[in-house]
Amino acid sequence: MQACRDTGAQAVHPGYGFLSENAAFCEALEREGIAFIGPATFAITSMGDKITSKKLAGEAGVNIIPGHTEVIRDAEEAVRISDAIGYPVMLKASAGGGGKGMRVAHNAEEARDGFERASNEARSSFGDDRVFIEKFIEEPRHIEIQVMADTHGNVIYLNERECSIQRRHQKVIEEAPSPFLDAATRKAMGEQAVALARAVQYRSAGTVEFIVDAQRNFYFLEMNTRLQVEHPITEKITGVDLVELMIRVADGEALPLGQEEVRLDGWAIEARVYAEDPFRNFLPSIGRLVHYRPPAEDSHVRVDTGVYEGGEVSMFYDPMIAKLVTYGADRGEAIRRMQRALDEYYIRGVQHNISFLNALMVHPRFIEGRLTTNFIAEEYPDGFNAGMVPQEDPAKPIVVAAMIHRHYMDRAAHLSGQLQGYGRKVGEEWAVVIERRIHAVRVRPTQNGYHVHYDGRDYSVVTDWALGQPLFEGSINGETLCFQVERQGLRYSLYHRGARIDALVMTPRAAELNDLMPEKAAPDLSRFLLSPMPGLLVKVSVSEGQEVKAGEELAVIEAMKMENVLRAERDGVVARVSAGVGDSLMVDQTIIEFE
Amino acid sequence: MQEIIHKLEEKREAARAGGGQTRIDKQHAKGKLTARERIELFLDPGTFEEWDMFVEHGCTDFGMERQQVPGDGVVTGYGTVSGRLVFVFSQDFTVFGGSLSGSHAEKICKVMDHAMKVGAPVIGLNDSGGARIQEGVESLAGYADVFQRNVLASGVVPQISMIMGPCAGGAVYSPSMTDFIFMVKDTSYMFVTGPDVVKTVTHEEVTAEQLGGALTHTTKSGVADLAFDNDVEALLMLRRFVNFLPANNRERPPVWPTDDPTERKIASLDTLIPADPNKPYDMKELIGKIVDDNDFFELQSGYAANIITGFARMAGSTVGIVANQPMVLAGCLDIDSSKKAARFVRFCDAFNIPLLTLVDVPGFLPGTTQEYGGIIKHGAKLLYAYAEATVPKVTVITRKAYGGAYDVMSSKHLRGDVNLAWPTAEIAVMGPKGAVEIIFRQDIGDAEKIAARTEEYRDKFANPFVAGRHGFIDDVIMPHSTRKRICRSLAMLADKELENPWRKHGNIPL
Repeated sequence: MQACRDTGAQAVHPGYGFLSENAAFCEALEREGIAFIGPATFAITSMGDKITSKKLAGEAGVNIIPGHTEVIRDAEEAVRISDAIGYPVMLKASAGGGGKGMRVAHNAEEARDGFERASNEARSSFGDDRVFIEKFIEEPRHIEIQVMADTHGNVIYLNERECSIQRRHQKVIEEAPSPFLDAATRKAMGEQAVALARAVQYRSAGTVEFIVDAQRNFYFLEMNTRLQVEHPITEKITGVDLVELMIRVADGEALPLGQEEVRLDGWAIEARVYAEDPFRNFLPSIGRLVHYRPPAEDSHVRVDTGVYEGGEVSMFYDPMIAKLVTYGADRGEAIRRMQRALDEYYIRGVQHNISFLNALMVHPRFIEGRLTTNFIAEEYPDGFNAGMVPQEDPAKPIVVAAMIHRHYMDRAAHLSGQLQGYGRKVGEEWAVVIERRIHAVRVRPTQNGYHVHYDGRDYSVVTDWALGQPLFEGSINGETLCFQVERQGLRYSLYHRGARIDALVMTPRAAELNDLMPEKAAPDLSRFLLSPMPGLLVKVSVSEGQEVKAGEELAVIEAMKMENVLRAERDGVVARVSAGVGDSLMVDQTIIEFE
Repeated sequence: MQEIIHKLEEKREAARAGGGQTRIDKQHAKGKLTARERIELFLDPGTFEEWDMFVEHGCTDFGMERQQVPGDGVVTGYGTVSGRLVFVFSQDFTVFGGSLSGSHAEKICKVMDHAMKVGAPVIGLNDSGGARIQEGVESLAGYADVFQRNVLASGVVPQISMIMGPCAGGAVYSPSMTDFIFMVKDTSYMFVTGPDVVKTVTHEEVTAEQLGGALTHTTKSGVADLAFDNDVEALLMLRRFVNFLPANNRERPPVWPTDDPTERKIASLDTLIPADPNKPYDMKELIGKIVDDNDFFELQSGYAANIITGFARMAGSTVGIVANQPMVLAGCLDIDSSKKAARFVRFCDAFNIPLLTLVDVPGFLPGTTQEYGGIIKHGAKLLYAYAEATVPKVTVITRKAYGGAYDVMSSKHLRGDVNLAWPTAEIAVMGPKGAVEIIFRQDIGDAEKIAARTEEYRDKFANPFVAGRHGFIDDVIMPHSTRKRICRSLAMLADKELENPWRKHGNIPL
């Protein structure tokens, strides 16, 4: 509010953050005569409560999931209701969101247990232990309808977005339109969404979320009374600037288009770039963006972000780094552009999900559009590993690695101080070693790149890549591509289409000798957490018997007036805490022992 | 004639066979390559010129006269790395366990003498069981002959040791006097006395790996500069390392042509220093971003990590980088980091490699361990090394430069040529809090007063401008222009001439 007063704002667009669905904020604005660019308070409050919103939706003729919308008193009642609905059922916290306080039950016993847990969780998370029960939908898809309403009674729907690709109930990939809907379903869903908007005298942009089953039956989930994170994909396919319309509507203008004028052109996909570790169960990651280079934007690629190289991803906000949106004439084109944009998206310093997003983009099931909200859980039951992502063409990384190495060698051959008449001559025969497999290649420089021969085929590589550059952009036999390149010691790590390929390049003779080298077991990670420095132990963050995950904070040491956080190198169980807070530690002194 | 040629070929074959296929297989089974395979990997293909292939030992005791292997357990000669001349000796464990006989030592001495004469590096690939016991004192004499040459070659040509097998007893002292020691993990170890003797004398139970393995020497003792996973990685990385070094003390460092613009602006450096002065940041980010092609060859990364040392290139030419690392021990100087950096600075000075020093140092590490360990003398080594160095010296202070440590880190007062500071630099005798507690001792009980005084002190001294007023800092620069400013400074200094007074040698506090 102070910011509004300081700037003399006449109106506030709340974005899609925590202010956007805060009725108290709307009321405060109203008191000071500042317009809220969004719906009226009644819509926010009535749709903000899961039970009320269901009731209103039902009255407006919107399909509701079979279930029980009254507050449930105890576990026995929960079982009775579940029996009546038919299993499986879902128990949900009334005030919930983001997956908290949700339980699936396949039988009476699970329903009883689930009720206890869901209400406990709801109480601790939201301070509201009300729980309700509904039919659990199998093979569910998350499809939502964008609506737009003015203050003159006009309400339109701007087609749908499918947001089925989620992890821990958070959206990861969204697309518009949905590859699953037919025109009739789209129309039916749109009309129900409009009916609900009318029922709550909605104005501005809103989203009605549906869950859709394998037979295209759709049921109301909730209504979000704000602009959604994923709104750009709707803008891309309809050509409508939603934020502009919101501002116009807030100023009392009528919608400039009617339902029959809403277009559906092409396909748009949004990928949410998160600072999180897909290798460690998507734990959020924080830190400095040591390197940050988003893909170039054009009419087909849009990057919505607020970060920059050298910026900080802090623990105080959502771990979302950016929204990457691509557009194409059809779904295939949008996917291909997304693959390429992700190949170019270069982030270092914090863990991020770029590889994971691209692995989704090349996943056959995603490409076929066979989505459900369980996609990630089903396809990556053991988590994600960029080393396991299959390559459409395994020759490409081999060609790129060979070329990069030859480029380094050619440069080294220009080093000053060589013996007169005996200067370095770089050979054409090289070996690319990937996972101990030797791939023989021939590499020679050409006018604007390199010529690589591998496995009976010729590859003409054109690139202006320079040593040390993290992005290898160029073409192989005319096909443009982009690899991310990291050189560490002898190893080149190549990132492409969600995969990480570690390659060594050496002379054939060196590769032959390299083959004699024994495979080394992974280094023995000690059972002990040792103090890496002399200092004062100011905090022990774990206790004996506690299970810890890799990356979790174990202890904090203050040395030279600086706090150093020690983290778990791997998952484990704390067997003993050997040092106490306030202890002066010596180097290599044991702080924690693991089982 | 044909017969003579045939005979030569036969002799050569015998020498190449070393200790025979069985022993070669055994060597391979241990994950080790043979002496010749190692040379082959290290040198440019086809450039090895071998000498003394037909040398045999002269021992006639214990039946040794019946055991002759041409070459006598060491392969010597010269070749090129990236077209540049290097001399090399490679001990052959398959022949008498690579043990050092009189003639074996003579072969090593011969390549060292030649290397000195023509001014080229000597690279030793060590894999030896120790002295040839059958020879007795002749073997000891051989060691000493090598030691003497190590000392005479020191500072004249670069000497590098790659420990690729056992290296025990007196044998350790030749590598120890070379400029750099690299080791191979799991297959190499170095110690003066082995686990058996240790057990007899001190009753300590310790394995060879614990006592002197690659991990021990790269993290605990600091004897070795780097450890590599296996022979292949070690030798190919050694090639990369040699590319940084001049051939001798009269030559300038080699130039590696680069496409990396010297004027490259690096906006993200403007946010490198955290708002909180007690929060660390990674000095390696700064190094990686300012050097050519993001190519930094770090040495001793696992030892005394509170100081960073290594080679990189600026505008194509090698520079030696010394930098405090705020991530470890707040970047303070202690015994280990002083010794580590001092030796590195002296190498650079000996071989005309300009020094780039990046400073964020809160001072010397306090404590009894440090004082009892002689931090006074060890810290002085780094001070001495910087003060003595006559190569171009460019210094950038990023944040803290407190107290004596400020003086030590290539300050203007130690003939720093170009001393630059970021706007975040704090050049002072100590941090504001400590200073106020001394100056305003009478107010110590009054937290409010102390806080106000601290703020006052911070305003006054926690900046680069006081030093700038005295000319101790040549300029305060924007972090994003750091690469540009360093490159220009180094270009300006390329023809720097500075001589220390004549003397036999200085007396560094060893």
